[in-house]
Amino acid sequence: MVAFLNDPFTWTGSLLRGWLEGLGLAPDLVTFLLQVLGALVLGTVMLLLTFILIWAERKIVARIQDRLGPNRVGPFGVFQTVADLLKLVTKELITPTGADIIPYNLAPLLAVMAVVGIWAVIPLAPTLIGANINIGVLYVVAIGAIGTLGIMIAGMSSNNKYALLGAFRTVAMMVSYAVPMMIALLIPVLLSGSMDMATIVEAQSPIAFIILAPIAALIFFVSSLAEVGRAPFDLLEAESEIVAGFHIEYSGLKFGMFFVAEFLHAFTISALTATLFLAGWKGPWVELYPLLGLFYFIIKTSIVYFVVIWIRGSFPRIRIDQMNNLNWKLVTPLALASLIVTAIGEKVAVEYGINRPIIHVGANAFLFMLTLVLIRFNARAARSRVKGNSVNKAVAASSGSSQGS
Amino acid sequence: MLTLTQIVFLIVAAITLLAAIMVVTSRSMVHTALWLIMTLAGIAVFFVLLNAGFLAVVQVAVYIDAIAIMIIIVVMLTQRSMGSQDRQRSKTWWAAVIAALLLFGGLVLMFAQAPLLGAEAPTLTVGPEALIEELGLALVDVDRYIVPFEVASVLLLAAMVGSIIVAWPGRMSQEQEDES
Repeated sequence: MVAFLNDPFTWTGSLLRGWLEGLGLAPDLVTFLLQVLGALVLGTVMLLLTFILIWAERKIVARIQDRLGPNRVGPFGVFQTVADLLKLVTKELITPTGADIIPYNLAPLLAVMAVVGIWAVIPLAPTLIGANINIGVLYVVAIGAIGTLGIMIAGMSSNNKYALLGAFRTVAMMVSYAVPMMIALLIPVLLSGSMDMATIVEAQSPIAFIILAPIAALIFFVSSLAEVGRAPFDLLEAESEIVAGFHIEYSGLKFGMFFVAEFLHAFTISALTATLFLAGWKGPWVELYPLLGLFYFIIKTSIVYFVVIWIRGSFPRIRIDQMNNLNWKLVTPLALASLIVTAIGEKVAVEYGINRPIIHVGANAFLFMLTLVLIRFNARAARSRVKGNSVNKAVAASSGSSQGS
Repeated sequence: MLTLTQIVFLIVAAITLLAAIMVVTSRSMVHTALWLIMTLAGIAVFFVLLNAGFLAVVQVAVYIDAIAIMIIIVVMLTQRSMGSQDRQRSKTWWAAVIAALLLFGGLVLMFAQAPLLGAEAPTLTVGPEALIEELGLALVDVDRYIVPFEVASVLLLAAMVGSIIVAWPGRMSQEQEDES
């Protein structure tokens, strides 16, 4: 019983293994069965988690906007999502005329698959990781692309102009924000010397990477928000402009799958940020009780997820030109500069034996101040261009100034 | 008697070949791009079957993420609408057939001569991870492949700069129109 409380995951695994081998199955087959079972359990838990995520998000956004939020079904409206799901299940699955049947039906599957797939490499606790592959970071990048593909296919196969516009915006945004996201992902890899998620968590033992590389953490967070298409980057489904974007023609459970993928993706990027920059399951006494690791992981992920919802409740949607300006003129150069600074800092720290945190924090602070100064010059230049021009020109140039503000 | 790996290989090979045929025969450009993605995913599965997990992930990241999505972007930007039904054959289709047959025949001849078919797979002295590490070190080693590696990077950079220059005049006139 003590063994169970200390480390329930290994304990359950060995119990099941012993039980299955007792039935006379080959060890290889037992390993295979356990892997299938683990994938099933992880996937199901993640999809069920979405119920709570949607409820929490609606509640928190409601509070930010001075409303009550769902409060009729169950205590505090917890079962509202269940009611919504039942409504979705009973709706008719409409296929629009002229749609590409196979890509049209494949797209929601791809969207959900890509999100659930990421959870395979996230270390949830010291002994709990789906697949401990040594290139976890690269896997996250690769599988994220399949989600982008799902949204693009949805937009193109729906035979709808609005859906196609949504797909165009997806291409513009997801493909361009993947660049700073990958560069920012390189920095934890550089600091830990490994692409393995578990090793990256281990490497944050005294100091989390958010202190060593705060700029990289911020860039990763912002660009993965854009990658997911969350507010303020939700222009790929801007209701006031293109009705619903890529999922306009989907109804019933197919729409529900996109909905689930979107909410779960927001939670997934929170988990990735917590793992890569907030030391994942690390915390006091976690060596004694591995179960505590899961607790710390959930706490850290929830904090980041709260920030995601907070941003959604606070910021207006940005325009597409602002989005591109922000990415190509600010975030991508900053990510590159941050990568170079971190690489030099790491080399200097190893060669000359200078304290590693001091070098990295100093370099990041310098880079941050430099960025602020550059933004200030840029904004001044934009303002001086606007001055003395006609009102129409001021409106046209405001896109240039807003990227600096 | 086939082993499990061989059965999986045969199924995936059949799917990959079918997808490759569909790439050149399907009428809509979007469908072509999607079948191409299926072909590339099949090749990623081959890498997994060969115990080369790293190459499989790189295959997905580079070919499906970068190249296939780039192709879809090109299709979206150049086609007038989603379902274009252009003619499949041009006037010089017979020349293309001859060229393809020559290439195929040459490949078959080459593979028939190479002592690969029927040979036992060589046993690796080190694990796949050590091989990948070796590959990574070879690419940044001054004495080995760093020059070709960097030349390839410079080539890509040149292509990028070139495409920007090609696109430049249109963009400039667009902005001038907006401001006036």
